Amino acid sequence: MSFFEILRSAVRGITANKLRSALTLLGVLIGVASVILLLAVGNGSAQRVQSAIASLGTNTLTVRASGGGGSTTTASTKTITRTVADQIANAGLGHVKSVVPEVNTSLTVSSTTTSSTSVSIIGTTPDYFGGVSTSTVGSGNSFTAADVTNGTRAAVIGSTLATTLFPTGSALGQQILIDGSPFDVVGILATQSTTGFTDPNLVVIAPISRIQESFTGYGAVSTLAVEATNSDAVPAAEGEVTVMLNQLLGVSDTADEPFTVTSASTLLATAETSAASFTVLLGAVAAISLLVGGIGVTNVMLVTVTERTREIGIRKALGATRGAILGQFLTEAATLTLLGGILGVIVAIIGSQFEINGTQPVILAYSIPLALGVSVAIGVFFGVYPAARAANMRPIQALRAI
Amino acid sequence: MTTSPILHLDDIHQVYGEGEAAVHALRGITVEVATGDYVAIMGPSGSGKSTLMNLLGCLDVASSGHYYLNGRDVSELDERQLASVRNREVGFIFQSFNLVSRMDALANVELPLIYGGVKRKERRERALEALDMVGLADRADHEPQQLSGGQQQRVAIARALVTNPSLVLADEPTGNLDSEATEEILSIFDNLADQGRTIVIITHEENVAERAHRVLTVKDGLVIADKKTRRKVTQ
Repeated sequence: MSFFEILRSAVRGITANKLRSALTLLGVLIGVASVILLLAVGNGSAQRVQSAIASLGTNTLTVRASGGGGSTTTASTKTITRTVADQIANAGLGHVKSVVPEVNTSLTVSSTTTSSTSVSIIGTTPDYFGGVSTSTVGSGNSFTAADVTNGTRAAVIGSTLATTLFPTGSALGQQILIDGSPFDVVGILATQSTTGFTDPNLVVIAPISRIQESFTGYGAVSTLAVEATNSDAVPAAEGEVTVMLNQLLGVSDTADEPFTVTSASTLLATAETSAASFTVLLGAVAAISLLVGGIGVTNVMLVTVTERTREIGIRKALGATRGAILGQFLTEAATLTLLGGILGVIVAIIGSQFEINGTQPVILAYSIPLALGVSVAIGVFFGVYPAARAANMRPIQALRAI
Repeated sequence: MTTSPILHLDDIHQVYGEGEAAVHALRGITVEVATGDYVAIMGPSGSGKSTLMNLLGCLDVASSGHYYLNGRDVSELDERQLASVRNREVGFIFQSFNLVSRMDALANVELPLIYGGVKRKERRERALEALDMVGLADRADHEPQQLSGGQQQRVAIARALVTNPSLVLADEPTGNLDSEATEEILSIFDNLADQGRTIVIITHEENVAERAHRVLTVKDGLVIADKKTRRKVTQ
């Protein structure tokens, strides 16, 4: 019996019972499509988190005082002050491009007409813009290094704050009062997209010297933002800054550093870990759906063969060899499950074009052969194994079945 | 007319089960059937006649003894060779027709030819010819469930004959049929016998058995009577 004849009998077997064939097809289709799609959703959300973190700037390190808290007014030899920042900046570290100290507080800001409470006040240096932060000046100018030296009352404000305080005209050149203390608006930040709780556009950025003198005092700074020369230099820069800080702060026990250094790349690593476990979780759900789909296929196949044991008996009585019968059932099962699997892949690819709950699924290449392979293997095994059992019977046993 | 035996059974025993529960279906059958003979096997139910038939058709294998078909010892063949014997040497007709459902009459008749490796075109011609012989050429595209019992059995006969087997076996071929259909089937067998086909038929109906040339009576797994009947036709 030629391969062509086997194929022909298989096609005849498939078309003989269209409902049964359609159910098998559907079972495989759903199993394959759900595995691929669920993994794609997991992968898509992982990529979304990663790109969000990458947008924070992968060149930057953030040094925070640990335990002490940022804006304490008590000057101590063991806190990170502007002096420390200047020492690091001027030490000529090979992988450090700039060191930007920051002090943060939150105060009421008002114009002559309106006021806004709980505005984030950042005191820093001009390197802050475009370097260690994603904030850039949209209109007007930044304050200058000279302004920092002189403690000028100059302020760059966020776009939301600008329109709140000056709803009718431009805020540029106007005077604002921060907790009653007057500042001149020299620039307005380019509008940033809101990513979290706080509105990044509701902010005042002013020379660090002025903010310390007027509000936070000449003590520790909240953070030091360190910009590395490039993203590959981040680990090296982290090492240099850590060693330098330990010297400057007189830390003998490195296990008890009074500061922590974080970088976007460490954040990224954390996010990748959590994204991976998320994908594993979805993968487990998908594996269960593949299993359920597989059991469905198994059921249909088992019922089919039991029902067709008699047919196998007839075929054997007419002179079919075991090989011919196995060939027919193998081809039938393989054709059905492959067809279902390929349709499942197509459905998954179409489905991945749509955004699911704000996440654009990204199909993992390996999930396609995995899902297809597993479902075809299940379908073929449970299609062929009972058929092989029937084909091994004496014809009279198979004929007597049912 | 040649008298060389096409069938030769030599002390065939068939035992089902083991030990206490063992059932001795056949207890030593020795029979010869000559080429061109038309033999009826009779016996009450449980006599072992169906067991004997299944052995003759190579659907089952005897526990002991030798079975020579066309001079070849079938009891020593492997699975593959047995399939070939079933395909080429034997045409089997069942009481319950045993057509493959959802396949039309022509496809059913073609089945043994497919397993025999006959090319498609020749297959179709031979199957149509066989259907024509049983008077069903016009029903070639009907599926079994669209045919009456008598018509289904005629399709089964066409299927048994299409490979031109040396032996036609029929197990209660008229058991599920009314008298009119029975007469149709029996006259087909008469014609086949007249053409010199070797036919072995199992029945418990006298009117069916008396059409045969020779009647074997089986009881409790043994042949208890073997008689020639009046209808022996010489050519």
